[in-house]
Amino acid sequence: MKIAITATGRDLQAPVDPRFGRCRYLVIVDTEGGGSEVVENPALASPGGAGVALVQELVRRGVRTVITGDVGPNAFQALRAAGVAVHTGASGTVAEALAQYRRGGLRAPDGATVPAHRGQGFPGRGGRGTGRGQL
Amino acid sequence: MIIAVASGKGGTGKTTIATALALAAERPVLFLDCDVEEPNAFLYLKPELTVRRPVYRPVPEVDEEACTSCGRCVDACAYHALLALGKTVVVLKHMCHGCGACAIACPTGALRETSHETGYVEAGRAGAITFAHGELGIGEAMAPPVIRAVKEMYPDWEGTCIIDAPPGTACPVLEAVRGSDFCLLVSEPTPFGLHDLRRMVEVARALNLACGVIINRCDLGDDRVERYCREEGLPVLLRIPYLPEVARWGAEAISFVARLESWKTQMAALLSRVEEMLGGDRGHQR
Repeated sequence: MKIAITATGRDLQAPVDPRFGRCRYLVIVDTEGGGSEVVENPALASPGGAGVALVQELVRRGVRTVITGDVGPNAFQALRAAGVAVHTGASGTVAEALAQYRRGGLRAPDGATVPAHRGQGFPGRGGRGTGRGQL
Repeated sequence: MIIAVASGKGGTGKTTIATALALAAERPVLFLDCDVEEPNAFLYLKPELTVRRPVYRPVPEVDEEACTSCGRCVDACAYHALLALGKTVVVLKHMCHGCGACAIACPTGALRETSHETGYVEAGRAGAITFAHGELGIGEAMAPPVIRAVKEMYPDWEGTCIIDAPPGTACPVLEAVRGSDFCLLVSEPTPFGLHDLRRMVEVARALNLACGVIINRCDLGDDRVERYCREEGLPVLLRIPYLPEVARWGAEAISFVARLESWKTQMAALLSRVEEMLGGDRGHQR
């Protein structure tokens, strides 16, 4: 089974990217074959709907489970529609997050864990919030 | 002549000014409340609403028999509202902007645009004022289709039209002010008022709209809005001091021009001045 972890860098020692739709990279681990690959987030710069576009990328690559920090409502709806399992609350490196997941230490939320567009702000400034501004 | 009242920042007094202009006008005017997320001008104008109709926006529907899940519609969608899964395509309706690109991109004709109810418009009269507003449905995210419907209520109107625009500088504001002859920018002398005024001026300039500024609560804050207007060559058409009773009347949904005759005169004069700046009544252009 292919498991994707959102990451800020390109390998298993990179920190987990807590944002789903706006993550920098996906590290995809094949639990049967044992290999891993790195994919740049194709939706990173998209003005809206990044989470949905990233779910499409997961589907295209046959990923069945994704590990991340938080997930917004649009991405959550898309993940559910696609039948991709999501586990949130991951921290540390990609390898540590994978270990957390295997120990059963991550949540499988039944809804979004953050509001829409939370990951879209400037780094370290707490995101764009849920104001009335729309695209 | 279409005058759009906008501000960037919320709470500067757009609706207070827009309704005051309508109430002070010496000729019949059309008033369009385009803040469809919080339509509240009716509280001041108290129109008798005699027309109500739903607003629809186009959303694609997938014929699962015809769909091959090729993903061309997904690639065509600028808003990421579609997801190709195994055998079919899923539409995330609330993310769809109704542009129709997906149906054009579909090679098998599996996508058909259907109507999704997204809000309503209402219209009626308040004395000499012809009035329309709209409201976005609960859970709906796209204001522009409802704003367009408000603006299309009286397509043949030829006199003065006053548009109360929503706050912000994104799509709903562009939809509201687009096609106007003049943009009346209501600001306040605070860092927030100035910051958002700058953004709104950029929007108005991008749309080639003539602008003028009203500084509300002009005796509070600092002079940076004044300085900015001077530097940018923006005419300050009116300065309104802070009047605590305006807020009190506002709480009772009474316009300050209904209480202060001198301000009614100033508002009527402002309308005339904008008309002069535009070189007479240019009629209704959209």
